[in-house]
Amino acid sequence: MALRPLLTRKTLGLRLPQLRGLQTFSLPDLPYDYGALEPVISGEIMQLHHQKHHQAYITNFNKALEQLDEAMAKGDSTAVVKLQSAIKFNGGGHINHSIFWKNLAPIREGGGEPPKGSLGWAIDTHFGSLETLVQKMNLEGAALQGSGWVWLGLDKELKKLVVETTANQDPLVTKGPHLVPLLGIDVWEHAYYLQYKNVRPDYLKNVWKVIDWHYSSEVYEKESK
Amino acid sequence: MGSCCYRSFPSSSHLSVIDCPQGFKSPKLPCRSKQQKRWSAESQGASKVFAYYGLRSPPYKLDALEPYMSRRTLEMHWGRHHRNYVEGLNKHLEKNDVMYGCTMDELVKITYNNGNPLPEFNNAAQVWNHDFFWESMQPGGGDIPKLGVLQQIEKDFGSFSNFKDKFVEAALTLFGSGWVWLVLKREERRLVVIKTSNAICPLVWEDIPIISLDMWEHAYYLDYKNDKGKYVKVFMDHLVSWNAAMARMARAEAFVNLGEPKIPVA
Repeated sequence: MALRPLLTRKTLGLRLPQLRGLQTFSLPDLPYDYGALEPVISGEIMQLHHQKHHQAYITNFNKALEQLDEAMAKGDSTAVVKLQSAIKFNGGGHINHSIFWKNLAPIREGGGEPPKGSLGWAIDTHFGSLETLVQKMNLEGAALQGSGWVWLGLDKELKKLVVETTANQDPLVTKGPHLVPLLGIDVWEHAYYLQYKNVRPDYLKNVWKVIDWHYSSEVYEKESK
Repeated sequence: MGSCCYRSFPSSSHLSVIDCPQGFKSPKLPCRSKQQKRWSAESQGASKVFAYYGLRSPPYKLDALEPYMSRRTLEMHWGRHHRNYVEGLNKHLEKNDVMYGCTMDELVKITYNNGNPLPEFNNAAQVWNHDFFWESMQPGGGDIPKLGVLQQIEKDFGSFSNFKDKFVEAALTLFGSGWVWLVLKREERRLVVIKTSNAICPLVWEDIPIISLDMWEHAYYLDYKNDKGKYVKVFMDHLVSWNAAMARMARAEAFVNLGEPKIPVA
């Protein structure tokens, strides 16, 4: 009698992952060609960045989630906790890059056009002008040691715009649970090295020419309701 | 001049050309040592002489590591990144000449400030790290260590290939920018493989580094793009200088007793 529940529990445990249908993530397509952001960001960088780096984050994210699933099914709390850093890193990488591709647009499709409407007004209110914001983000991005991201975020609780940096692939939410990313700039070396070499400030100066403020405005309007 | 404790590699490094960063008044004497004592303007009466740290060249020509590490990478990595750290350090220390009295090792430990790093730490540590890194490689490197180093590795890792696996694994599982080290832990008196983030170096924990590998993307991106695995493999197979490791181990044994004391039986 005692054996049967054990058996069913064991077989259930083996089959559950498939039954539960673990969600796997896949590489989103870019809404533009790899070469469309030239000469600001070279096609070579875009291709490597998208097909190799972002894909690697997704692959490892899926792997970590699968391992997490198994660990949870087995009740292995050590393994569950051990996997957190891999999930944060790879998951963060997937989240951040997915936002990044939407933050960019070719010049002929509106890249670089300054923000209008409520976001433009909010920027002027909180930073004085778009130029000031750009300067601030460039300064923080250049000063970031190692790898990370520089963000323009909306603090939903305090209802204000903030400029933040995060290390490695930490998503903006790690800097505050009420922060919503409007615009993120990747300052990992892989984002600019082949073209700008070690001159990160040049990359930051130029990247604004392909920033898609329409996307940021949409997010802002949606989140500031 | 004997300021670099763990890097006394049998090279004529103190006679190598030291690049004087632009914008600093260099003394007329040829630069023989890494630091110069600061002379007070009053006692000299002449124009002020500023002490500074110099950019030390790698102990080989910039194209000597081809085809495993291209000359272009060395030119960028040493000529621009490493040089920027040196110039940044000098700029920082302009205002605080107390720190000029330190050797590089001391400077790294002092600016680390026990886990609360001062702003100078990043530059100081990266200068030290890169000096150490260039000397951790040599043309015709790779292969396996001999004698004492091999013995110690086999003792602490089981086998050389086990150590190699651990080193490669650490390099590939490092999140973000950082370094991988083979380090002699002072307290535990054994070799371990560790990975550190950004500019952190094992000196700050009083441990003795034996070899290092730069895993910042700028170290390999031009040659290997995103293929970290290939870069690490090439480093282990063709670049790592076990000669340097042996010299550093020999030096380390003056500070860490690795063997059983040989007590003579009467």
